Amino acid sequence: MTQSFRLESGGLINRDKKISFKFNGKNYYGYEGDTLASALIANGVHLIGRSFKYHRPRGFFGAGVDEPYAIVQLYRNGETEPNIKATEQELFEGLEAKSVNCWPSVNFDVGAINNFLKIFLPAGFYYKTFMWPKSFWYKIYEPFIRRAAGLGTASIKHDKERYEHKYEYCDLLITGSGPSGLASAYSAAKNGAKVILAEDKSRFGGTLLTSEVNIGNQSGKEWADSIISELKEMPNVTVKNRSQVFGYYDHNMLVMSERISDHLPKTKKFHPKQRLWYIRAKEVLISSGSIERPIVFGNNDTPGVMLSSAAKEYLKVYGVLVGKKPLVFTNNDSGYETAIEFKKNGIDPIILDTRKEPQSEIIEEAKNMNINIKNSYVVVAAQGYKKVKSADIAKISDNKEELGSIENIECDCICVSGFWTPTIHLASQSGNKTKFNEDIDAFVPGISKQNEKTLGAANGIYTLEETLKDSFENGNLLSKKITNNENKISFPNVVEKKSTVHDKFWCVPLPKGKNYKRFLDFQNDVAVSDIEIALKEGYRSIEHVKRYTTLGMATDQGKTSNLNGLQLVSKIENKVVPAVGHTTFRPPYSPVSIGAIVGREVGKHSKPTRKSPMHSWHEKNNAVFVDAGVWLRPRYYKRGEENLFEASKREARNVRTNVGVCDVTTLGKIDIKGPDAAELLNRVYTNAWLKLPVGKARYGVMLREDGIVMDDGTTTRISENHYHMTTTTAQAANVLSHLEYYLQLVWPELNVNVVSTTEQWAGAAIAGPKSREVLKKLFPNTDVTNEGLPFMGYMEGDLFGVKAKIFRISFSGELAYEVNVESDYGYFMWEKIIEVGEEFGIQPYGTEALSTLRIEMGHVAGSELDGRTIPYDNSLEGLLSKKKDFIGKRSLSRKAFAAEDRQKIVGVVPLDKKTSIPEGSHLVKDSNAPLPNPKLGYISASCWSVEHDNPFSLAILKDGKNMIGEKLFVMSPLKNKVIPVEIVSSHYVDPKGERVRS
Amino acid sequence: MLYIKCPHCGMRSQNEFSYGGDATIKRPELGKEISDQDWDNFVYNRKSLRGKHWELWQHLSGCRQWIKVQRDTATHEIFKTLKANEEIS
Repeated sequence: MTQSFRLESGGLINRDKKISFKFNGKNYYGYEGDTLASALIANGVHLIGRSFKYHRPRGFFGAGVDEPYAIVQLYRNGETEPNIKATEQELFEGLEAKSVNCWPSVNFDVGAINNFLKIFLPAGFYYKTFMWPKSFWYKIYEPFIRRAAGLGTASIKHDKERYEHKYEYCDLLITGSGPSGLASAYSAAKNGAKVILAEDKSRFGGTLLTSEVNIGNQSGKEWADSIISELKEMPNVTVKNRSQVFGYYDHNMLVMSERISDHLPKTKKFHPKQRLWYIRAKEVLISSGSIERPIVFGNNDTPGVMLSSAAKEYLKVYGVLVGKKPLVFTNNDSGYETAIEFKKNGIDPIILDTRKEPQSEIIEEAKNMNINIKNSYVVVAAQGYKKVKSADIAKISDNKEELGSIENIECDCICVSGFWTPTIHLASQSGNKTKFNEDIDAFVPGISKQNEKTLGAANGIYTLEETLKDSFENGNLLSKKITNNENKISFPNVVEKKSTVHDKFWCVPLPKGKNYKRFLDFQNDVAVSDIEIALKEGYRSIEHVKRYTTLGMATDQGKTSNLNGLQLVSKIENKVVPAVGHTTFRPPYSPVSIGAIVGREVGKHSKPTRKSPMHSWHEKNNAVFVDAGVWLRPRYYKRGEENLFEASKREARNVRTNVGVCDVTTLGKIDIKGPDAAELLNRVYTNAWLKLPVGKARYGVMLREDGIVMDDGTTTRISENHYHMTTTTAQAANVLSHLEYYLQLVWPELNVNVVSTTEQWAGAAIAGPKSREVLKKLFPNTDVTNEGLPFMGYMEGDLFGVKAKIFRISFSGELAYEVNVESDYGYFMWEKIIEVGEEFGIQPYGTEALSTLRIEMGHVAGSELDGRTIPYDNSLEGLLSKKKDFIGKRSLSRKAFAAEDRQKIVGVVPLDKKTSIPEGSHLVKDSNAPLPNPKLGYISASCWSVEHDNPFSLAILKDGKNMIGEKLFVMSPLKNKVIPVEIVSSHYVDPKGERVRS
Repeated sequence: MLYIKCPHCGMRSQNEFSYGGDATIKRPELGKEISDQDWDNFVYNRKSLRGKHWELWQHLSGCRQWIKVQRDTATHEIFKTLKANEEIS
């Protein structure tokens, strides 16, 4: 297809580089520098999608971020992305895009039947219609709505692209590179301030690219180009295009998304697709400009009706005609600029101006060019279905209520200008109290909450001279405050055409006997009549009207619809617009891809992976790993065709009969030093610590102030004022913070220092009846006999030249030791243990066997210490000192905690000694009782007891103390299991604890 | 994201800190008799103030010091920060 709407010359595109692309399966050509929208218009494609609710044909309305219609599904490098605005997507070789919200095709769309049934789809349609019958919701309504709604389809493939996050600090962040952004950035940069200038589009300059102005002896665009190239050279300035500051958060933190590769056929090697910048700025200058607003008239959503500024941008930036018979419908002078641009390119426009006798320099120029101008005229309705074919126009009375006789004139596009709305989103997000400016019929920023200032058109200043003056000054003042430098810039001479006041006219009345749809929100199909219904039904607050009608709730967030909606509500309610107020602006300003928000923290990168120094040994020996918090731990070591169950049973059994070794590096370790260390432990743990001798370890339990068990572990007195504390893997960080809290805030008089040494020590637990034999071989020069190193003893040893700490502690219930060496020697230690242990049948064991061993021994762990249990519940009440106070002690005398039938840990064995019990199941008295069946307790941990060769579980059971010997039922509705069980003691193996002392 | 002045390290972003609740709560002395009501007030009962509030933060990924921060709970404005051993005035 030829580019029949492309001008012979002109625009900022590179005509030497042709680019081919596909839209809805058809091949087209555009030029480098085009957007998908400009290239499609150049090719005469005006029908791009279907509207959300009525499936009415959709074309292009804008030329940038404000676009409500032209949303496409994009295909790039084997991936697809929904919700792409054709007006923002830059053209690249091989680009493919498709229409959304239409089936089977954009030209023939079945959903368009909604358009003819629209009487059935008024405001609040979803709320009203899909309420009854209730049973229809799940099977009929929801699937229907889901299929009908939605603009595009998200990819379900893994996103191969890389997204990055970056943190940045600056003196001034300037959002937008139009005249105000450039001027303020320039003067601030000259004062030596660290400046970031962000531009959403690919080209810098904003309105300077399309307006006929002179600054100094340069055109607006030349001036913009020279300022940008100077800024780019300055070391204190960062200039970013394709970068949108979309959110203004607390304490002057703003977030910007930089689209690094979206305009390329594929992302370059080692480059991210997008980068999210978290910018902490001392001062923020908002120079986001303004968005033209539409005038509301009949069928104003027909393809070919578009903003007049967009038409001008397509002409001046892309050399593209949006139509060859344009009608310009305006209430201010901006429409004339567009008409003049058409005329200059040999196209005859007709201007309909709602004003009676406006006079200004621009209007004079249009008249001198012999442009047909009709004053006091309005467009009553656009005619044409898939494209504007003509317009019904009429004269309008001075009071703007009466229409004259309708005339029909031929046209192929209607360029609308209803004046300008400042883009106050960022200012409003920052907490700025916006105010209504009567002169421009729009809200502008008012009192600042944070360090922000809004400049130029975003602040309602629409002349270039005033904008530049104000911006140079503010850039200078704010940067001077920070850098104490002042480098005054001489203000350039500005030449621009003066304009006259706009007409506060925004909605064309309906002619008698006609019921045209007049749309306010183009993406969500909200018409004037919908707002009228909502108000009739009693909705008053603008926030409610918005949600009921969905005005401004689409992906464009009402950039072109908000103010007209407010005008309508205020008119019907007979209130002034500021009394109606506007809805809240929330980030993001325009949609941001989820990938950019997530950044690098995906999959395995969502948290750090910590590995012990022995990790590679485990890998080499067929370990199957499991995530334990942020650690990777061997779950079991696979031999041959073994599965988890078989391997863990073998490993556990070997510990009970021979000896096993387990990597316990992940246990939290805290080094505690100072003259008051014992006193601290005495307050933190529930048992007594003041008399623990040097060279001894003790098991301790610590509580939270509310009496709930926080953690347990052993702490060893290494020397007079030096202790080595161990915590569970999961609670290591919390326990350290807990200790720091008490030392820094509650008992600062205690002279103690704590520091985490978890990663400084590698640990191996050697457990089993033959573990002492292994120890003897490991430490031939150390006395590790029962007398030399008794249960809960500690000593240092020499492990083939490496200094080691030896603790005689046990989690498995067997005779056991834990050996620690400095992390760098961990691998060496492990290999030595395996080597010397071989003759005793040593086998490494993983976390599954570790659990089995502790469960059948009745030792509590994370599944019992789950933040809901007190010491009594875990049969740890023997560790509660009566003589001293400790953290959380007072809470234990609370009524519920002291109740006679309080829950307690018990053992559970299935009567058939075969059926394994799912963890998390409930215990009940009668499996056939009517629901809800009273729950007596729950299964906290299950294993296959290797000692008894049958399933065994631990449970927290109501009145557990008196339940031993009872027969109950385990119920797991999730697994559809009912298992008769017997309650036994939680100490299923070696209840007297003789083995650990042997 | 808040920007908090750590009295030891200077201005740091919120993601380096963890929140620690009301800074004006004093732990009852160890070993002292205390009524159920007073103990409950210490452990559980907190006011959810709108406005200026002294609260604890720990500079977890920094110096690991607990600090006191006076913040407006409605606007997030931070007025003052103190070291753990400095008294709230």
